[in-house]
Amino acid sequence: MSVLEIRDLHVSVGDGDDAKEILRGVDLTIRSGETHAIMGPNGSGKSTLAYSIAGHPKYTVTSGSVTLDGEDVLAMSVDERARAGLFLAMQYPVEVPGVSVSNFLRTAATAVKGEAPKLRTWVKDVKTEMAGLEMDAAFAERNVNEGFSGGEKKRHEILQMRLLKPKIAVLDETDSGLDVDALRVVSEGVNRTREDSDLGVLLITHYTRILRYIKPDFVHVFIAGRFVEEGGPELADKLESEGYAAYVKDSADVAAAEAAAS
Amino acid sequence: MSAPHDTGTDDQTTLTTDSAALAGELFAPGVGAQAGPPTTPAAGTGTAGEATPGAHSHGGPTPTGSPAERFTSPDPDAFGDPTGREEDWRFTPMRRIRPLLQGAASDAHLQWDTDLPDGVELTAVEADDPLIKGLPEPVDRLAALTRQRSGGAAVVRVPAEAKLDRPVTLRLTGTGSEDVVWGQVVVEVGAFAEATVVLDHSGSARYSGGVSVLAGDGAQVTLVSVQDWAPGSVHAGQYDTVVGRDASVSQVVVTLGGDLVRLVSNVAYAGPGGSAELYGVYFADETQHQEHRLWVDHSVPQCRSNVLYKGALQGEEAHTVWVGDVRIRPAAVGTETYELNRNLVLTDGARADSVPNLEIETGEIVGAGHASATGRFDDEQLFYLCSRGIDAETARRLVVRGFFADVVQRIGIPELQDRLMGTVEARLGQLPGLAEQPVEA
Repeated sequence: MSVLEIRDLHVSVGDGDDAKEILRGVDLTIRSGETHAIMGPNGSGKSTLAYSIAGHPKYTVTSGSVTLDGEDVLAMSVDERARAGLFLAMQYPVEVPGVSVSNFLRTAATAVKGEAPKLRTWVKDVKTEMAGLEMDAAFAERNVNEGFSGGEKKRHEILQMRLLKPKIAVLDETDSGLDVDALRVVSEGVNRTREDSDLGVLLITHYTRILRYIKPDFVHVFIAGRFVEEGGPELADKLESEGYAAYVKDSADVAAAEAAAS
Repeated sequence: MSAPHDTGTDDQTTLTTDSAALAGELFAPGVGAQAGPPTTPAAGTGTAGEATPGAHSHGGPTPTGSPAERFTSPDPDAFGDPTGREEDWRFTPMRRIRPLLQGAASDAHLQWDTDLPDGVELTAVEADDPLIKGLPEPVDRLAALTRQRSGGAAVVRVPAEAKLDRPVTLRLTGTGSEDVVWGQVVVEVGAFAEATVVLDHSGSARYSGGVSVLAGDGAQVTLVSVQDWAPGSVHAGQYDTVVGRDASVSQVVVTLGGDLVRLVSNVAYAGPGGSAELYGVYFADETQHQEHRLWVDHSVPQCRSNVLYKGALQGEEAHTVWVGDVRIRPAAVGTETYELNRNLVLTDGARADSVPNLEIETGEIVGAGHASATGRFDDEQLFYLCSRGIDAETARRLVVRGFFADVVQRIGIPELQDRLMGTVEARLGQLPGLAEQPVEA
């Protein structure tokens, strides 16, 4: 049983006078086996939350805390966070020219498990997982994310999640840019993981579409750097029909007031 | 400086000459200035020569004129003795190249070990052979001296329509002689033949060698030139490629060893439909000077060229130079060209010069572009790898290894690729801090 706790998290980008606060007091608790959907309009800071949890150097935590089973995540390096059991499926996975998928996966698995996985079972595991995500075997010999289609990149992200077996996975707009087939395959990969492990999922999305495939336990509405509403799956239905307009209007008023005051 | 070329291709032309901009081009926008490796090049790195910012060489002395023709001659004295101030020589440490420039005629040879597949012929021709007279002319004094003193050429002939079952390999090994070795190799590939030719240079030598590849119509040729010289070696050479009609030529240059290596690669097209891929990797250590100059002359319609050169530098006074000139003449409609040079500066005290030049004299082209970037590691790549639990040192090794493998894997000869990557690994092993963890094969 693992718990990721985020308390009053404030995060900015930029230095000195150019610093801009993106997260303005985020509170969230994710337990093993739970799936939380975070929904919000573009520019609300959803991805900043994802990257801040993973430790991207672009973002500066100015106050608040993030702990995983009581351990201070913010004090960990990026790789330590991954080894502690956090995983970030990225919205825009990065190309690494000249590094093959198979080499990358094995290096990552070795790092996360603390020892090199036995070659025979490893090769079998990779093949099985790739088949489950409807990925061609030749995929393993390609360079990481190089020339991958949008769907291939996201399958590759979920493949990594399957193989690295994190405690908590943050899926940052994994549904964006996917056609229906790819969305189904990727969602099934996530659902399999929820069934065969007690993975906690933080599902960040702009659209309700993916929630038809991955049923969340909790839905949070994220506007202008903080949560403005929480509920069950029914909240997603409300967003589906009404959109973010009501929330955005409120927050626009707030932002305007803040801008006038500063 | 002429008016910007008005060809509708500006958006693809991404020359940057300011060092900060160069780093910015390598790294994703908005990243950097936080934890992790520095994202700005070390002092003295990432220069783009002495070009002024934004100095495209499009056009010529007047807005409507063509650039001056490049001077060529078989006569060394037609060039005068270089001083180091000439455009062609300004990056070259003259003191270290003088042993070649002032070298006497000699009978010194490299040791040749050859592997010739069936049907391939290796012969020698004299200096007065029509083949020699018909080669592209030398472009500088050293190349002219080489043509003159080599006294002929070794000729590799691949007959028309031949399809070789393995690469032609010429292992050229320096024997440690103080005398300059003057050489000329000609690779003649007949129409519609498919051939790969490997020039594998090693040992210790002072070598000035010309290489001419003549690819017949429809031929598919790969020339690989490996410079894996022992320390102290000096190697200069003019590499000419003449691409026949609808032929496709790929050149892979791998420069790892030697004290000074200076290669000038020229490409010309003998007919429409030709394609040239120029790949290069170089890895300069302490005090090594590695200079690669490219000149692609699009003078006929419907040809394409693609240049990808990647280099890494480590150690005090490691110096690399890449100059990529591409000219698209008025007749060369339908041209498609792109050139890219990336330099990865691994330690302080190294210097990478990168100068892309694009001259476009017709608007009727498919595309033309170039990019150059010099900097430290790409933070986004490192973040991606580290976010999978891989520690920063291992991540850096993976990235550097991949940086080279990206080009090396285009050779298409697994044994050679493995050997070259092994050499790269060994060299990286010397880098403090990168050595701590082995990378999984």
